[in-house]
Amino acid sequence: MTGLVVIGASYAGVQAALTARDAGYSQPITIVCDEEWLPYQRPPLSKDFLLGRISEQNLILRDETFFEGKQINLVLGQRATLLDLHARQVTLAGGNALKFEKLLFATGSRARRIAVEGADFDGIFYLRSVTDAIDLKAGLANAAEIVIVGGGFIGLEVAASAAKLGKKVTVVEASSRLLERAVSPVLSTFLLDTHLRAGVDVMLDETVASFKGNNRKVSAVVLGNGAVVHADLVLVGIGGVANDEIARSAGLRCTNGIVVDAHGQCETSDIFAAGDCTNHFNRFCESWVRLESVQNAQDQAKAAGLAIAGARAPYENVPRFWSDQYDVKLQIVGLAGRYDRQAVRGSVDDGRFSVFYYRQGRLVAVDSVHRPGEQMAARRLIAAGISPAPEQAADPSFDLKSLVTAGDKAGA
Amino acid sequence: MPRVRFVQQDGSGKSIEVGRDVSVMLAAVRNGIHGIDGECLDCATCHVYVDEEQASSLPQPSEEELELLSAVSGERKPNSRLSCQLKVPAPLDELVVHVPARQS
Repeated sequence: MTGLVVIGASYAGVQAALTARDAGYSQPITIVCDEEWLPYQRPPLSKDFLLGRISEQNLILRDETFFEGKQINLVLGQRATLLDLHARQVTLAGGNALKFEKLLFATGSRARRIAVEGADFDGIFYLRSVTDAIDLKAGLANAAEIVIVGGGFIGLEVAASAAKLGKKVTVVEASSRLLERAVSPVLSTFLLDTHLRAGVDVMLDETVASFKGNNRKVSAVVLGNGAVVHADLVLVGIGGVANDEIARSAGLRCTNGIVVDAHGQCETSDIFAAGDCTNHFNRFCESWVRLESVQNAQDQAKAAGLAIAGARAPYENVPRFWSDQYDVKLQIVGLAGRYDRQAVRGSVDDGRFSVFYYRQGRLVAVDSVHRPGEQMAARRLIAAGISPAPEQAADPSFDLKSLVTAGDKAGA
Repeated sequence: MPRVRFVQQDGSGKSIEVGRDVSVMLAAVRNGIHGIDGECLDCATCHVYVDEEQASSLPQPSEEELELLSAVSGERKPNSRLSCQLKVPAPLDELVVHVPARQS
């Protein structure tokens, strides 16, 4: 077989294949994936799926008929194990090999494992895939006391879902505030209050020393300070690790992910990568980043798909993230990173506000809670490089969209 | 099985079957409907115009949907809706939605 081989059938892999096909790539396209499932939605796994509001079947994004229509060969349940760049061949776990003209890695990321005594006990869960989510959901049904290790997006979303299901929930976070790497202290404090109000116990500046168990099933979490918290179930959400081993073994440059340019291309010609498994220079972040988000996976994959088809349009979208916890809808555009000034618009007490982050006078990121209109305006502002003065941003009577419109006219 | 008909800017249409528990957005994504890029499950990229005669037979948009609709990129009209919030209500057999000129 020749043509394009894509490793991974989640957002990035499917999008790259579709874009390449739609942009005129006429060679065979094969997507190979180690999961048995048709491509599915991941964001609901920590939220509506755990709450029973969306069925497994309604997680599915695309079915066989769709791929047949696009003349894309979808090979599920087969793990790629080895890449031979010289022979232009990917070997699968069963021993079969796929020849390719062009290759795209969309291998994603996996949950970072916790390395303490007792970490291999039953009842300790991670959440990435739909099978993880099915296991977690079943576990939650038989658990009353839940400990969440890590106060990041996955940890907090599962904490919210478990609290809604009536569980006693404790979150253990090593840093001094929640979502430390993603949001400002204003947001961290707001989220902390939200979780505390829902009855969740949050322990900050606290680590996990070990797990205790009965008959190899977890029964308690021992904290760094020696305290013991009873647990029927533990969910560990302490970040992700790029699945870049195959690329690394083949000699492709990897530094916290497969290194790619703005077209999703590796330094080796005809080899591409997109999504969670990549590290790219992002001009909005002014740094090399490895992002784990649906937006990054899809937009980067579109750029790669175009390049594969011989068209070229670089990936230069502003990073976006979102999270639902209880009735809080958090939307993020940009990466605040090393911001030096912030402006708060709206009322934190009322749970309807946006935080604007500036670096050297330039607007670099905006977090919005129940402020979708402001978030949409902020996306356009950041993408266009337009920065309202912090005083304007903080003034609810100032019309942010007027700057966008002015920018549109200036650019037209 | 109820259906949704997606009508493009050029007047071309495609009617697809969709369960009553599946959102119009997911149906669009599953069937590769051009111009509904809601796969991100992100906001206001799944804007559609509901057939004017059918609009009144649908549940009214929530406050949150209304606020998001204020931020859509295409022209906002009285029959603007977010397709992620729309399902085909009984007893309607076919819901007709028009895809806007742009989403973002």
